[in-house]
Amino acid sequence: MIARKISVPIVTVESAPFWNAARQGRFVVPTCAACGKTHWYPRAVCPFCGAENIDWRAAFGEGTIYSFSVMRRAKEPYAIAYVTLAEGPTMLTNIVDCNFDTLHIGQSVRVAFGETENGPPVPLFRPG
Amino acid sequence: MTIKGKAYIAGAFEHPTRHAPDKSVAQLHAEVALGALADAGLTRDDVDGYFCAGDAPGPGPATMAEYLNLTKLRHVDSTELGGTSYVALAGHAAAAIALGQCDVALITLAGRPRSEGMATGTTPRLRDPNQPEAGFEFPYGLTTANGYAMCAMRHMHQYGTTSEQLAWIKVAASHHAQHNANAMLPELVTVADVVASPLIADPLHRLDCCVISDGGGALVIVRPEIAKSLSRPLVKIVGAGETVKHLAGGTFDLTTSGAARSGPAAFAEAGVKPADIKYVSIYDSFTITVLIQLEDLGFCAKGAGGKFVSDGNLISGSGKLPFNTDGGGLCNNHPANRGGMTKVIEAVRQLRGEAHPAVQVKNCDLALAQGTGMQLGTRHCSATLIMERE
Ligand SMILES: [Zn+2]
Repeated sequence: MIARKISVPIVTVESAPFWNAARQGRFVVPTCAACGKTHWYPRAVCPFCGAENIDWRAAFGEGTIYSFSVMRRAKEPYAIAYVTLAEGPTMLTNIVDCNFDTLHIGQSVRVAFGETENGPPVPLFRPG
Repeated sequence: MTIKGKAYIAGAFEHPTRHAPDKSVAQLHAEVALGALADAGLTRDDVDGYFCAGDAPGPGPATMAEYLNLTKLRHVDSTELGGTSYVALAGHAAAAIALGQCDVALITLAGRPRSEGMATGTTPRLRDPNQPEAGFEFPYGLTTANGYAMCAMRHMHQYGTTSEQLAWIKVAASHHAQHNANAMLPELVTVADVVASPLIADPLHRLDCCVISDGGGALVIVRPEIAKSLSRPLVKIVGAGETVKHLAGGTFDLTTSGAARSGPAAFAEAGVKPADIKYVSIYDSFTITVLIQLEDLGFCAKGAGGKFVSDGNLISGSGKLPFNTDGGGLCNNHPANRGGMTKVIEAVRQLRGEAHPAVQVKNCDLALAQGTGMQLGTRHCSATLIMERE
C-alpha cells in the first residue's frame, strides 16, 4: 500500500500495550482513568495529572490533518503529518494512499495500519 | 538575583574553516578556544570555568579540559540544549561569575558534519532507544527538514504566510554573506531564486535550508574587573532566558517557539523592549525558524512575520531590523549543525563595531542573540541573550 519501507518501531515495556493491541489490528489511545484525558505519545504516567492509571481505549480511528509535509527529497516521497484525533490529542503519522497535491490541513483521515518487517504494524492514516 | 551587568564577553572567535577533513573535532575545539583567549588577551591559565555541550567529544568537560590542559577549573557546565546551547551557556557563565564560581569562563563549540558526510537534514536519525517518543516518531520518517516544514505549512495555513515572504529571509542573509570572505554561499539570491529551488519538504525549498559546514567558535566571558583591565571593547551581558517547548501530551501549536518564553524573560532582566534592539542574531536552521522566533520575541505580532521580513526589512543599512550580518546559517556556516555560537559571535562583532563595514549597524549599542536547538516541529530548547556595549 505504500512504497516506503516503514522502520520497525522501538517497543518498550511502557509502550508494549499499545503495540500488542496494534498486532491485533486495534488502534488504542492512552486515556487517564483519573482525569479522563487522552494523551499522545503514549506513556505510563499521565502528562496532565501524573496518575499512573492509564486505560488503553479503542479509538474512533478518525482525525483531521493539523499539518503535513511531503518529503520530496526522499527516494520514495512520503507524507508526514500531524493528525488531530477525535479523542483530542494530535499525533505524528504518515498519510498514505493519497494524492500529494490535494493533501490539505483540515482534511478528514481514517486510521490504517502499515506493516513493518518482523515488527508490529504502525498506525497510518488515509483520506476518508 | 540578576546577571545584569555581572559579566562581560571579552573574547570571541569564529573558526575560518568551513571544511576541515584534516582536523579532529578536539583540535577544532582547541583552536577556537585559543583563538577566543587570544582575542581577549588572556591565556589558558586564566580559565577557571569551562562550558561545552553535546558536540564536545566523549563525555565533554573532562575530555576537553584534558586535551586543552586546563588545570585551574573550579566550575564546569555541559548543559546540552542542541544548537542553542552556547546562547544559554553564555547566560550560565554570567550566572556562575555572578555567584563567584569562576572569573574567566571559556565556552567552545566545534564539529565536522561536512567532512563526515552527514545528510543531517533529510535522513531520519535513530536516537537513544530509551527516548520514550522514539517508537512513535522514527517509523514515520521524521527528519529535521520535514519537521520544520510542518511548522511552515501550519503557519501558512493559520496566517497566510507565503513562500515568497519566507524567501526574503534568505535574500537578506545573502545580502550580508556577499561581504563575508569565509561564507559558503556568498552569492546574492533573489526571492525568485529561492522559490524556484527544488522542494526539499513542502513548503521548504533547498534555499530555505541552512548550509552544512565544519568549523566552530568560542567565547570568553569574564568578571567586570577583568573585562575593564583588558583592551577590548566592553560588551556586557544584560539579560538571558531559556526554556523548553514540546508537544505537551498532544496539545500544541506548531506556529510558536520557546522564544515566546525565553525572550520575555531576557527582556525583563535587561529592562529593555524589542524596539530598543539595534541588531539581532536569530537562529536560522531554516527560513521559517527565523520568522517564528522574530514573532515570538515581539519584533512583530504573531502571524505578522511574513509581512515583517519582506521587502528587505532584515537587510543591514536599509531594513528596520538588521539580522545575521555574517550571512548566518543560511549562507555563511553552521558548524557542528549548531548555530548558537556564531549567533553570539556576530552580535559581539556588531557591538564592538567590528562587523564588516558594509553590514556594520550604526551606533550598535544593544543586541540580541536568539537560538532554538533540536526540532521546532517536536521538542526544542530556546535561549535568548541580550548584550550591551558599554
Ligand atoms: Zn490524568
